[in-house]
Amino acid sequence: MSDIPASVADRPELQALWHRHSFVELDARARAFSLLDEDTGQEYCDPFDRIESPWLEPQGLVPESDDGLVVVKGLLAGESCVVIGIEGAFQGGSIGEVSGAKAACALQLAARDARTGQPISAVLLLETGGVRLQEGTLGLNAVAEILSALLELRGMRPVIGVVAGPLGSYGGMSIVAGLCTRVVLTHEGRLGFNGAQVIESEAGVAEFDSSDHALIWSVNGPAQRYATGLADAVVLDDVPAVRQAVITAVAAGVPEHHRSEELDVLAARLSPSDGGQARFSLPGLGIPVAPSPGQDSLAASHPGSAQQRGAES
Amino acid sequence: MQTLNLEYHAADRAARRAHVGVVGSGDLEILFEPGTDPTASVRVRTTVDGFDVVWRRVLDAFFAHHPVAGRYELNDFGATPGIVSLRLLQVLETSRKPAHPERNRI
Amino acid sequence: MSRSQTWFDALSTQTLPSPYRSIAIADSDLGSGTPARLLAVVPDPDNEFPRARHGEVGLLEGIGLAHAIREVIELDSGLADDQRRSIVAVVDIPSQAYGRLEEQFGEHLYIAAAVDAYAAARVAGHPVIALVVGSAISGGFLAHGLQASQILALDDDKIEIQAIHKPAAARITLRTIAELDELAKIVTPLSFDVREWATLGYCDGLLKVSNPDQPTGADVSLASGALRDAVARARLGQRDLTNRLQSAQAQHARRASLQARRRLTEQWA
Repeated sequence: MSDIPASVADRPELQALWHRHSFVELDARARAFSLLDEDTGQEYCDPFDRIESPWLEPQGLVPESDDGLVVVKGLLAGESCVVIGIEGAFQGGSIGEVSGAKAACALQLAARDARTGQPISAVLLLETGGVRLQEGTLGLNAVAEILSALLELRGMRPVIGVVAGPLGSYGGMSIVAGLCTRVVLTHEGRLGFNGAQVIESEAGVAEFDSSDHALIWSVNGPAQRYATGLADAVVLDDVPAVRQAVITAVAAGVPEHHRSEELDVLAARLSPSDGGQARFSLPGLGIPVAPSPGQDSLAASHPGSAQQRGAES
Repeated sequence: MQTLNLEYHAADRAARRAHVGVVGSGDLEILFEPGTDPTASVRVRTTVDGFDVVWRRVLDAFFAHHPVAGRYELNDFGATPGIVSLRLLQVLETSRKPAHPERNRI
Repeated sequence: MSRSQTWFDALSTQTLPSPYRSIAIADSDLGSGTPARLLAVVPDPDNEFPRARHGEVGLLEGIGLAHAIREVIELDSGLADDQRRSIVAVVDIPSQAYGRLEEQFGEHLYIAAAVDAYAAARVAGHPVIALVVGSAISGGFLAHGLQASQILALDDDKIEIQAIHKPAAARITLRTIAELDELAKIVTPLSFDVREWATLGYCDGLLKVSNPDQPTGADVSLASGALRDAVARARLGQRDLTNRLQSAQAQHARRASLQARRRLTEQWA
């Protein structure tokens, strides 16, 4: 262990940071193995199986041998667990036909095991921009199949989503986060559906200025997500901390109702508050949310609006 | 994208197959499987066309110093020669490490 | 008028009050004693969320769909599985809603609520049928349609089933629209042509109607018949999405999926 500078040794709150073993700097494979109990992880459909996307070479893109997604089964605190890790560095962590099939199949096999008395939980490492656009409708369908498979398992064993960063979880794959039993974020994890650039292209800079990084983090970042009940834990970017948070999340078991089933809670968050001044509130932040300036007029006349889009397509 | 196939005489042996890297921007992945013939056969798939000469030079230099027999598959997304050399060294280093028991599938 | 409103009106006999103007709900009979709840996401120019006024699936729509579906699950819970009514999703959606408020409230979770409800209905034995009459794009289609047991679409040039609409696809993948069209000829999943989409293995029927914008009586008859057939197939089939891998087209178009699944299953100890 390296010598700790006096300035850090005097500050216990900095020591965790100094000693941290970054989870974010690991690739998907290393992340998956690092979460499971030592020497218990086994990867399926690994690089040497060479099950690649058939759709990339015709477009001049080089495939990855695992199609950017790893499936590693092992033990987590002594209990069976499968970790499905998305490689954010490959094609923006997007889901294509093959990576989607691997993830959906792993979840379905876990569900099959759970039904036959061999309970197995699942952990999804969500480092993803969503559907791989280069695989169009097969990518889209692959995400739908992942969602269906997750729901097969979720009623029997916890399915935990981990959003670590630097990419975060965006796009259709964030619906996975919405369905997960619990969601763990690191301080560097962002969670959302549409990225800032996409919103700015579709709706204009007043709706979302994609160059405003503080805005992005205030909307999609871990503090807001945790405060508004969209995430269950926020931890330091540190392998032992992430692992412990996942173990805790699995140990808490299957709840009676999942977040995505609690329609009353979801509706209440959108209800006009009493007094009529603030139209919407975000519980947990204690502040009302007003629509962005000029939103009404923007919706009708902006070049990105649906009317004009309808004319283009 | 371009595919290059090269072969080198290679008399050294390695114990185990190994994999390193990711196909990310500026990076590459390498799959290595040891072989019994005294040959290193290399397939490079790369997003950037027209750098045949550079690839040949990098691989010539590498196999001159590390003539390890087997099959090498490089999936490249614009890595620099320095990164390519580094990854090649890493894959051979990884193949020398003791096998991880649970990962030891044929 | 959006096609979802048009086709919803044409197919439904008894419209119900809906808590949200953007969600149309009807309890109908598709003919020959086939009760079904019809659901459509329709434009709502007065939507409280300005970014969801043109038929997009946003926050209210996610809850609205989920609520209407769970109501049916509850109403039919006392019936035998094979007696539970069908749910028909009439689909013409430009996308999910793109907006700052939507992100702040967590649109991914509101869409998840709709996905959860549709899947729950399917698993409980309700045949869930999607009928694509216009656009079925991205998060909108994931929320409303892609959890269906059977997916039907009109055989028409205006049908747009894709991961994202074309101008955005071009911009994000750094290609021109002409380049994308060329690529779509060899990479079928990129195609915007519904007949090409239908070769990918998860289309359960293409319907040739005489007037897709303003369906005639004969068109409605044809569609109702196709819906009834889809309901019958759904009742006989599995309640997960494996039919999307077992169709004749899937054996060819999705052989990479089949290979990956086979290998993973073999290795899974």
